[in-house]
Amino acid sequence: MTAVLGASVRVEATQRRFGDRIVLNSLDLEIAPSEFVVLLGPSGCGKSTLLRLLAGLDRPDAGRVTVPRARAIVFQNPRLLPWQRVWRNVTIGLDRRDAKRVAMEVLAEVGLGSQAKAWPRTLSGGEAQRVSLARALVSEPDLVLLDEPFAALDAITRLRMHDLVRALRHRHNAAMLLVTHDVDEAIALADRILVMREGRIGTQHRVDLDAEQRLRGYEREELRAQLLTEIGVSATGP
Amino acid sequence: MSTLVLTGHAPPRTPAAEVPEVEVFSPLSHRSATVARLVRLGRAPLGIYTVPVLLVVLWQVASSTGWLSPNLAASPVQIWHAAQSLWQQGLLWPDITKSLTRSGEGLAIGLTVGVVAGTIAGLWKLGDTLFTGVVSVINTIPLLAILPLMIVWFGIGEESKVLLIAMGATVPIYINLFSAIRGVDAGLVEMARAAGAGRWRVITRVLLPGALPGFLIGLRFALAYSVLGLVAAEQVNADSGIGFMINQAQTYERVDQIYLGIVIYAVLGLTAHQFVRVLERVFLTWRPSYNGS
Repeated sequence: MTAVLGASVRVEATQRRFGDRIVLNSLDLEIAPSEFVVLLGPSGCGKSTLLRLLAGLDRPDAGRVTVPRARAIVFQNPRLLPWQRVWRNVTIGLDRRDAKRVAMEVLAEVGLGSQAKAWPRTLSGGEAQRVSLARALVSEPDLVLLDEPFAALDAITRLRMHDLVRALRHRHNAAMLLVTHDVDEAIALADRILVMREGRIGTQHRVDLDAEQRLRGYEREELRAQLLTEIGVSATGP
Repeated sequence: MSTLVLTGHAPPRTPAAEVPEVEVFSPLSHRSATVARLVRLGRAPLGIYTVPVLLVVLWQVASSTGWLSPNLAASPVQIWHAAQSLWQQGLLWPDITKSLTRSGEGLAIGLTVGVVAGTIAGLWKLGDTLFTGVVSVINTIPLLAILPLMIVWFGIGEESKVLLIAMGATVPIYINLFSAIRGVDAGLVEMARAAGAGRWRVITRVLLPGALPGFLIGLRFALAYSVLGLVAAEQVNADSGIGFMINQAQTYERVDQIYLGIVIYAVLGLTAHQFVRVLERVFLTWRPSYNGS
């Protein structure tokens, strides 16, 4: 497959049906190399369906999906193999001689170097999700797909994971697509936020804010209120 | 509860009855921990063998007090003497090795067929279509009912005996391995594929290790069935083995030797059980499952 010039991901007029229900309706999407895109929307809007199409876990009924061959996915549930030690979980998709060395490096990056030989059952929820992040990054992907990976984590762990994802993203320089229904998470991480509506991309917002502005300030609150309205939640939240 | 306070005094204290009950958890003191360990040891000093040993002791007591007639049931001590005398005559060991060889050969064949067919059927739908029907049919036929057929087909030699044991062992291995492979979480398979694992990698790192607990359950049954198959095969037309020994003892009305044969079968069963337990302890350390309280 020849590399797609200009874009890392290109989705053209893509449709996906389940029975009579049209989940993705003539959807178009482009993601630039090393861009961080957040896909926002209420549950059932087709976010995860789109992500599965991009991951190659599902096929469209119509249209065309072009993605880099080197891609990885992080699921909401860490999906670690309970019968393999942590470092073996990281090397599951890796077919090279120095797999262990590479796995140890990535595990050190996510702060789990000392847990490499542990069984998955001994890990906390945040640690398990960091292992699954390491498993995604170990193959040096051009595109990382994240399917609500922090939804099940507590607030503090989630903030730490955001920092980690930001750091990893700059180091690995991969395009990332994060699916979430958490507006704050979207603002914290995205270069661009897409709001999904009725099976297609409804609106999009480019987020040109620095780290401080993403946490507080007028622009942030404005964007937050706007996004909440768009996904159908009243903006008068806390 | 509304309280009307008329004076400037402190409001009435809540009556003691309304204080919720509490539980306090603190580390066990060294002494009570030791006591707890002793109690646990006292409850089952020999683990799973406690009850069998206890039964043997009761049996001996019942025999010694004359409550059990020696013509019906030999006492454990008598069985032990029977074993000693047979051993000294050099009659016991050849029978045991003969039986072990038969069940070993049968198990080897049964394991191979069961593992190969079970794996193929677990991994591919075509395998399921080919094998599962036949295995289900065999599963419902009692081993003893097949034995005459085996003898017609293979004669009264070793083949019919070994094949009977093999059949007994194949079925539980196949059924358990098949359903264990099909029981592996589809999300894990999807994850492995998405992570770039090839077909072989998915089989060796996801499906087969994931099916190991189920396989070990099958193995446990296979070992037990191989002993059952052994009993069935050796009671008919054998000229050696433990079953033959029991038949001979019956002819000469040596109740103690009949019991000895049964005890040997029982010991084989217990050994098989212990063997699988060790395998589980070694290979299933990763399991986050409940261990009993």
